[in-house]
Amino acid sequence: MFFEEAVSSGPQFFNLVPWIVFFPVIGLLFNIFFGGRILERSRAGEKIVGGVASLAAGLSFLVSVLLAISLNGHPEGMVVPLADWINIGELNIRWAFQVDTLSVTMMLVVSGVGTLIHIYAIGYMHEDVRHNGDPGRFRRFFVFMNLFIAAMMILVSGDNYMMLFVGWEGVGLCSYLLIGFWYEKGKDGIGNALAAKKAMVTNRIGDFGFLLAAFTIFWTFGTFKFHAIFEKAPEVAVANPGALLFITICLLIGVTGKSAQLPLYVWLPDAMAGPTPVSALIHAATMVTAGVYLVARSAEIYVLVPTAQFWVTLVGSVTALFAATIAVGQFDIKKVLAYSTISQLGFMVAAVGMGAFVAGMFHLVTHAFFKALLFLSSGSVIQGLERGHHHVEHDPKLKKQLKGHAHDFDPQDMRNMGGLRERMKITYWVYLIGAIALAGIPPLAGFWSKDEILADASKEFSWAYTLLTLAAIFTAFYMTRQILMVFFGKARTPAAEHAEESPLVVTAPLMILAVLSFFGGLINLPFDGFHQFAHWLEHTLGEYAHPGEFILVVALLSTGLALVSLALGWWLYNPRRYEEFWAIPAARRPDDPLRSYIGPIYEALKNKYWVDELYWAVFLNPYIDLSRFLADVIDWRFWHDWFHDRVIMGGYNLLTRLLAIRIDLGGIDAAANGLAVLTQRVAERLRQVQTGYVRNYALSIFVGVVIILGYLLLR
Amino acid sequence: MNSLLNNLLQPLTLVTFFPLVGVLIILFLKQEQKNAARWVALITSLITFGLSLVVLAYFNPSYPDLQEVINLPWIPIAQWEIRYYLGVDGLSILLLLLTTLLTPISILSTWTAVEDRVKDFMLFFLLLEVGMVGVFLAQDLFLFYIFWEFTLVPMYFLIGIWGGPRRMYAAVKFFLYTMAGSILMLLAILWLGIYQGSFQVPDLIAKGGIPANLQIWLFLAFAAAFAIKVPMWPLHSWLPDAHVEAPTAGSVILAGVLLKMGTYGFVRFNLPLFPQAAVQLAPWMAVLAVIGILYGAAVSYAQKDVKKLVAYSSVSHLGFVMLGIFALNSQGVQGGILQMVNHGLSTGALFLIVGMIYERRHTRDMDAFGGLWKVMPIYGALTLIVALSSMGLPGLNGFVGEFTILLGSWGAGQPGGPLGSHWYAGLAAIGVILAAVYILLMFQKMFLGPVTKDENRNLKDLNWREIITLLPLLILIFWIGLYPKPFFVLMAPAVDKLVAALQTAVVAGVP
Amino acid sequence: MVPIQYYTALSAILFTIGALGVLTRRNAIIVFMSVELMLNSANLVFVAFARSFQSINGQVFVFFVMAVAAAEVAVGLALIVAIFRSKHNINIDQINNLRG
Repeated sequence: MFFEEAVSSGPQFFNLVPWIVFFPVIGLLFNIFFGGRILERSRAGEKIVGGVASLAAGLSFLVSVLLAISLNGHPEGMVVPLADWINIGELNIRWAFQVDTLSVTMMLVVSGVGTLIHIYAIGYMHEDVRHNGDPGRFRRFFVFMNLFIAAMMILVSGDNYMMLFVGWEGVGLCSYLLIGFWYEKGKDGIGNALAAKKAMVTNRIGDFGFLLAAFTIFWTFGTFKFHAIFEKAPEVAVANPGALLFITICLLIGVTGKSAQLPLYVWLPDAMAGPTPVSALIHAATMVTAGVYLVARSAEIYVLVPTAQFWVTLVGSVTALFAATIAVGQFDIKKVLAYSTISQLGFMVAAVGMGAFVAGMFHLVTHAFFKALLFLSSGSVIQGLERGHHHVEHDPKLKKQLKGHAHDFDPQDMRNMGGLRERMKITYWVYLIGAIALAGIPPLAGFWSKDEILADASKEFSWAYTLLTLAAIFTAFYMTRQILMVFFGKARTPAAEHAEESPLVVTAPLMILAVLSFFGGLINLPFDGFHQFAHWLEHTLGEYAHPGEFILVVALLSTGLALVSLALGWWLYNPRRYEEFWAIPAARRPDDPLRSYIGPIYEALKNKYWVDELYWAVFLNPYIDLSRFLADVIDWRFWHDWFHDRVIMGGYNLLTRLLAIRIDLGGIDAAANGLAVLTQRVAERLRQVQTGYVRNYALSIFVGVVIILGYLLLR
Repeated sequence: MNSLLNNLLQPLTLVTFFPLVGVLIILFLKQEQKNAARWVALITSLITFGLSLVVLAYFNPSYPDLQEVINLPWIPIAQWEIRYYLGVDGLSILLLLLTTLLTPISILSTWTAVEDRVKDFMLFFLLLEVGMVGVFLAQDLFLFYIFWEFTLVPMYFLIGIWGGPRRMYAAVKFFLYTMAGSILMLLAILWLGIYQGSFQVPDLIAKGGIPANLQIWLFLAFAAAFAIKVPMWPLHSWLPDAHVEAPTAGSVILAGVLLKMGTYGFVRFNLPLFPQAAVQLAPWMAVLAVIGILYGAAVSYAQKDVKKLVAYSSVSHLGFVMLGIFALNSQGVQGGILQMVNHGLSTGALFLIVGMIYERRHTRDMDAFGGLWKVMPIYGALTLIVALSSMGLPGLNGFVGEFTILLGSWGAGQPGGPLGSHWYAGLAAIGVILAAVYILLMFQKMFLGPVTKDENRNLKDLNWREIITLLPLLILIFWIGLYPKPFFVLMAPAVDKLVAALQTAVVAGVP
Repeated sequence: MVPIQYYTALSAILFTIGALGVLTRRNAIIVFMSVELMLNSANLVFVAFARSFQSINGQVFVFFVMAVAAAEVAVGLALIVAIFRSKHNINIDQINNLRG
C-alpha cells in the first residue's frame, strides 16, 4: 500500500511536499520580524506585508499544483518522512507527509482558496484596520492567516492521526486568534473575545473525543499511520468490533466540534465576529471541512462499522435541516451564511457518513468555492455600507438624514441594506452566482455536488434523503430572502444609499471565485466519462470511491423544489411587497414578513431554538457554580481555612495552650516553683545557723563527732 | 591529596557544590553592593548550568544505570555505612538540567524586583540550588534526606523575608507541611537501613525481597513525603499560600523544581524500591491524580488572583505527571518525566510573566487588567505562547507530555494493566478541556477586551532583560513541542529498565 | 617496747589540746597551729599502729597527711595574709563574711 519510491513514470515533485508548510511559516516569520518595521517605514508597507503573506500562500498553492501533476503520473502517491516526533517504545510518531489524491485535493482547495482570500484581505484589511482604529494590527492579521495555512496544510498532509491532530488543534488556535482579532470590540467590548473562547473550548470538547479515539487506535493497532491502520482494520473489525465502534464514534465527536455539527455547532455563528476573510477562509471554505476530510480519510474504518456510519449520517442530515431552518430567521448577513455553512457541512458529513465519500469531497470542493465567494462578497457589501456610512457621517448635509441611528449603525444587518444592486454591481453579480450555486440550481457547481449527495442518499438512506431535501428547500428560500433583502428594492438607510463598490483587489478574487462556482461542477459531472474527480480519488479511496450516478427523478425533484422555494421567497420578499411592509410604522411592524404567517415558530428560529441558552443553563452555569463552590467553599473555606487553619493549626494551638497553661504552668511549673518556695523557706531558717564564725562551725563539728562517737559506743 | 582533588573535580560534585563558590564570594560583599551580588549570583549559576552541560556531555544515553558515579565512604556507624554517593541517570539528567537552567533565569528575573537585602537573597538562592541539585543526584538515602531537608531552609527564608503580606504564615506552613511528610520518610529510610543493611539505593534495589505487606507501609511512608511536595490532592493546601506569598523567583523555583522533587521521588524511590506495592497501589494513586487534575482545573477557573490560578493549575498539571508515573508503562513514565520538565518550563514562565506585570502594577487581581495585549504587544504574544503551552496545544511542549501520559494511562487501563480501567485516562482527558477553559479565561481577562483602567494605559512593554529571561523557556517550549526526541532518548533506557522491573513485579505479585 | 596505749593516750591528749585551741583561741594563726596539732596527733596514732601491726600502710598515710598539711598551711597562711591586708586584723570573731 505504501511506496517510499516511485514506480511509475512522469515528473515527480513529491519531495517538495514539506514546503507547503514551510512557505507559510517563512512568510509568517518574515512578517513577525520585519513586518512591523516595513509598515512603519514604507508607504507601500501594507502591500509588502500582505504581498509576502499572499506569496507564501501562493507558493504553497504552486507546490500543491506540482504535487497534483506528479500524482497524474504516479497516482499511488508517496509518503515523505521529514523527522521523528514522539518515540517511546513501540510508540512511533513522526512528521511525515502523505501525498495522495485525497490530501492533494485538500491542499489545492486550502492553498488555492487561501491565496485568493489572502489577496482579497490586502484590500479588505486596509479598510478594516482603519475602521477599527488600529492600523498596526494589519501585520498580525497576515501572520495569523499564514499560520492558519501552515496548520491546515499539516492537517491535510499528515500520514498519521497525530500529525492530523496537530493541524487540527493548530487551525483551532488560528480560529481562536482570528475570531478574537478585534478582541476589544463586540458586545460590551468583550463579545469577540468571548466568541473566540467559545470556539476554542467547544472545539476542545470535540478534541477530547479525538484524543480518546487516538488512544484506542494506538492500543488497538499499535500505530497511528493511516496505511498501517487501514491494512489491519478488517482483521480488527472481526476480532475487536467494539474498539472500532468506539474509535469511529469518538472521531465523530471530534467531527461535530470542528465541522460545527449538532450538538457542538454553537461556536460557528459566534465565530462571525472575526474579520470577513477569516469567516470565508476558516469558517466556511477550509477549517470547518476538516471533519469531513477526517471521515473521508478514515473511510476504510468507517465502512467497517455500519452503526457509526448511521450515526454520522444522522448527525449530518439532522444538522443540515436544523441549521437551514435557523438561517431563515437571521438578519445578520454573515449569520445567515454561517448557518448556511453549518447546514452545508451537514450535507457533506451525511454524505461521507453514508459512504458517498466522493460526493462528500466533491461538495466540499464546490462549497469551498461558492461559500468563500459568498462570504467575501458579504464582506464587500459590509465595507460598501461602511464606506457609505462614513460618507454620510462626514457630509454635513447628509448627516441630518442619519437621525437616531448614527452611532449604533450595524453594517451587517440586512434590514439596513436594500438596493445595493445599483451601487455595487460587481458584488451583486458575484453574490448572485454564489447564491444560485448554493441554492442548487443547475448548471452551477452547487447543483452537481448536492445532487450527487441526494442521489446517493435516495438509494439506501431514504430518511436522510428526506431530511436533506427539506434542507435544500430551506437553502433556496433563505438565499432568495437574503439576495432580495440586500440587493433589491430601495435603499433603506442613508448608508445603503451611498454605498460604494469595493476596489479591484477585493473584487478580482471575487470574480475568480465566481467563475469557479459557476464551472466547478465540471470536475465531476455524473455522466460516464466525466467522473474525473471520482477516478482521481479512486487512487486513494479505492473501491469506496464509487462515481456518482445521475438519477433524473432526484435531480428534477430537487431542482423543482428549489425553484418552488425560490418563488415562495420571491412572493414573500419581492421588492414591491417588502417596501409596503417596510412602510408600516415601526411600532406595529414585525421584524420580518414571515412572522405574520408563522409567528411563534419564527421566534424560535430567530432565537436559534434557544440552544445557547440551553447550554448555558445545563452546562456552563453549573460548571461555573461548581468551580466557584469548589474554589471558595470546599477548597478555601473548608479545606484551607476550616480544616487546615482551624482544625489542624487551631487544634494544635489549643493543645499547646492547654499544655502551656494547664499542664505546664499549672502542673510542672507549679511543682517546680513550689519546690523553690519550699527551699527558700527552709533556707530562711537554716541560714541563721551559718554565723560565719569559724568557731561555731568547729564547735558543731565537734559536737557532731561526739554524737556520732557516742552513738557508736553506746549502741 | 591527589585523590581528594581528584574526587573534588568529579563533574557531579562540581555541579552540586559549585554554587558555594558564589556563596563565599557574596559573603565578602557589603550589603550595599547590590549589583555585585546579583552579578556574582548570576555568573555562578550560569557556570553551574555550564557544568551541568558538562555532565550531559559525559552522559551516555544508551546506558540505563547510574553514571558519572562518585561513591565515597562518609559516615560509618557500626555495620551501617552512609556514603557520599552521587550519580546521574536517565531519570534525573533532565531534572538536573532544568534546575540549573531555572536558577539563573530566576536570578535574572529578580534584577529589579528585589531591592531589599539583595546579598542575603542571592546567598539563599545559591544555597537552594545546592540543595536542589543534590536531591536529584544523591543515591544514598541518607544523603538524599539531608539534601531534601536542606532545600527547606533557604526557601523558608526566601518566602519569609521577601514574600508578600502573609509571608510568615505561608513560610511556616510550607516548612511544617514538608517536614511533617519527611519524618515518615526518615522512619522508612531508617527501617531500610537497619533491616536491609544499606542506605544505597542501587544496593537496596538489587537486594529487594521486602515482603509485600511491608512494602505497602514503606511505600506509604515515602509517599507521604513526596505526595505533600508534589502536591497531590488533597495535600495541596500549602501550595496556594506559598505561591501567592513567595517572591517571583521563589515561585518559579518552587513550581519549577521543588514540586518536581516530589514526583521525582516517586520515580526514583517508590517505584524501584517497592515495586509490588507500587503495582498494588497504582489505582489508588491514579484516583488521587485524576481527582487532582479535575479539581485543580475547576478550582483554577474560579480564581481572581492570577498567581493563585497558576498555583492551582500546578495541582492539575502535576496530577497528569502522577497519572503518567502510575501508568507504570514506558509511555506513561517517560511522558511523566517529560511533563515534569514541561511544567517547570511553562509554569515557571507563567510565574515570570505574572511577576512582570506585578512589578508594573503591584496587583495580581485579574479584574484590574484587561486589554493588555494592546498596551504591551510583545508581552501579550509571549504570554499567549506560554499559556498555549500550558493548556497543551500540539506543537508546543505541554501536548507531548500530556498526550504520552494519557496514552500510557489509557494503555494501563486495558484489562490486565496496572490500572485496569479506561476511566482514569478518560476522565483525565477532560482535564484537557478544563485546562483550555481556565487558561483562556485568564488570557481573556488580562489581555483581551478594551483597556478599561487608566493605570493600564501607559504600561511599558517588556524590556530586553525580561525578554531574555523568557527566551530560553520559549525556545525549549517549541523545541520539546516539535522535536522531543533528544529528550526522550536521554531517559528511554533508564525508564525501560524501571518498567521492566515493574513488569516482573506484576508477574511476581500475582498469587 | 612502749605499749600501744601510751601512744594513743598521748595522741588523745594532743588532739584534745588542738581541738580546744581551735575552739577557744581568736587569733587565726593560733587556730591554725592548733589544727596542725590535731593532724599530728592523728599522725602519731597512724605511726604507732603501723609499727604495732608491722604494716607499712600507716606510715605511708602519714606522708600523705604531711603533704596535705603542708599544702594547707601554704594556702591557709596565704589566706590569712590576704585577710590581714584587707582587714588589718586576724581576729576570727570579726571575720564572718560568709554569714548566711
